[in-house]
Amino acid sequence: MLKIENLHVFYGGIHALKGINLNVEKGKTVSLIGANGAGKSTTLRCIMGLVKKNEGSIIYNQQDISSLKTRDIVKRGLVLTPEGRRIFPNLSVKENLLLGAYTRTDKNEIDRDFNKVTELFPILKEREWQIAGTLSGGEQQMLAVGRSLMSKPKLIMMDEPSLGLAPLIVKNIFEIIKEINSNGVTVLLVEQNAKAALEIADYAYVLETGTIVLEGKGSELLNNADVQKAYLGEAVIKTKEK
Amino acid sequence: MSLTIFMQQLVNAASLGSLYALLAIGYTMVYGILRLINFAHGDVFMLSTYFAFYAMTSFLLPWYISFAIAIILTILFGTVLERGAYRPLRNSPRISIMISAIAASFLIQNLAVVFFGGIPKAFPSVPIFSKIIQISGVSSSSISVIIPIVTILVLFILGYIINQTKMGMAMRAVSKDYEAARLMGINVNTVISFTFGIGSALAAIGGVMWGLKYPQLIPLMGLMPGLKCFIAAVVGGIGNIKGAVIGGFILGFGEIMIVAVSVYMPYDLSGYRDAFAFVLLIAILLLKPDGIMGKSSVEKV
Repeated sequence: MLKIENLHVFYGGIHALKGINLNVEKGKTVSLIGANGAGKSTTLRCIMGLVKKNEGSIIYNQQDISSLKTRDIVKRGLVLTPEGRRIFPNLSVKENLLLGAYTRTDKNEIDRDFNKVTELFPILKEREWQIAGTLSGGEQQMLAVGRSLMSKPKLIMMDEPSLGLAPLIVKNIFEIIKEINSNGVTVLLVEQNAKAALEIADYAYVLETGTIVLEGKGSELLNNADVQKAYLGEAVIKTKEK
Repeated sequence: MSLTIFMQQLVNAASLGSLYALLAIGYTMVYGILRLINFAHGDVFMLSTYFAFYAMTSFLLPWYISFAIAIILTILFGTVLERGAYRPLRNSPRISIMISAIAASFLIQNLAVVFFGGIPKAFPSVPIFSKIIQISGVSSSSISVIIPIVTILVLFILGYIINQTKMGMAMRAVSKDYEAARLMGINVNTVISFTFGIGSALAAIGGVMWGLKYPQLIPLMGLMPGLKCFIAAVVGGIGNIKGAVIGGFILGFGEIMIVAVSVYMPYDLSGYRDAFAFVLLIAILLLKPDGIMGKSSVEKV
């Protein structure tokens, strides 16, 4: 569905992505893990056209989308839930959701999707008229995911959806990602919470300083000694052994 | 001061305040979306009165067609200004775009001197706007009454556009977060052009009404109102449309009332009329730097 080949991105003088190859199959959940500054967010931003590539190609449904404008990429069914949620704090919850459907013109379908999204996140229905900036962090993340769903995506990309949230809410968010995926939406997930990201992933990539160093099935990577050491933390494993 | 005179001054104050409010909204909207003080806004306002003037005197068009043409031309000019002077600098440091705005202002003023001439021109009087109307002893020209009515109408339309339409929603989104807005599929450039278009339209509506009320045109006529309306926007809380309206009216009332009461003062204060705006600016910056409607922003991380 989405195939990235030899992608290079320079940020000013920094070589942020050094020839990345990545493949996302339709209907799957793919995770991209790695430390801070590895280039995970840059990859997603480049797919959405927010950052321009210097070399390589991004093929979506047999078509190179790497030179398209962001709004045309959104129209093709890709969407990004950005890091840090980035909801519009001055707009109401309902307006935020409607902006998710900005490129769509099918009014009745939008109403139907609005109801679907508020079924998935009942709290958003309850707070429909509240100004989004007054929501709690977890609620804002739900709004950000709901807003992305309003564009009726075929592929949803999420950048650190669990960032800064309480463990219980993180669990909730991952449940929801699973549910979105089971409804037929392909998921590309970027996470620092490697354990949770690998657990729900069909396939995963490990990114280090702009290069993919490891890839494999989610369960394989979860048991890989190098991954455990670098991303799951030895301390955790030691306490388990006790 | 007798009640009749007071009422008469109140009408004057309401119409001057309305004109200031219309102009101040342009500053505040552009600031809200670009974080830029559009120093050329007063000159855009000046151009609109000249457009109307030439449509009526050189092309001998009826006033309503002339005003419509003036408004359309001003909208075009405002959006072209954004494209030419501000868009290429959008990713440059804030100071560059501000300098560009100041340069644009000087350029427009001086081109106006070249093309329109420095000699003051008289805005043609339109009979239905210069009629004197009397209500229980209070007499006033009809334009002084029409200005506040038109302004209120325009404000309602503006409120509708911003709060009820998809474009308005996009404008509010862009004003908070460009990149998130782009991720929604919003064309940020279109939204910014649209914002300049609305700001220019309001300046032009204000401009033609200004011409009817104060019918002397000079190329530098946008300077003082522009400066004062920028102050009005700051006093109200820049970025906030309601604030700009409130600021505009406070300024209008303050100026008119200083002149009105100075007749009864031992010392003539009417010469300080223009100083009012600046004193108000200093006072508000000392007492409530975010402006009347402004709130210090608290953001959730």
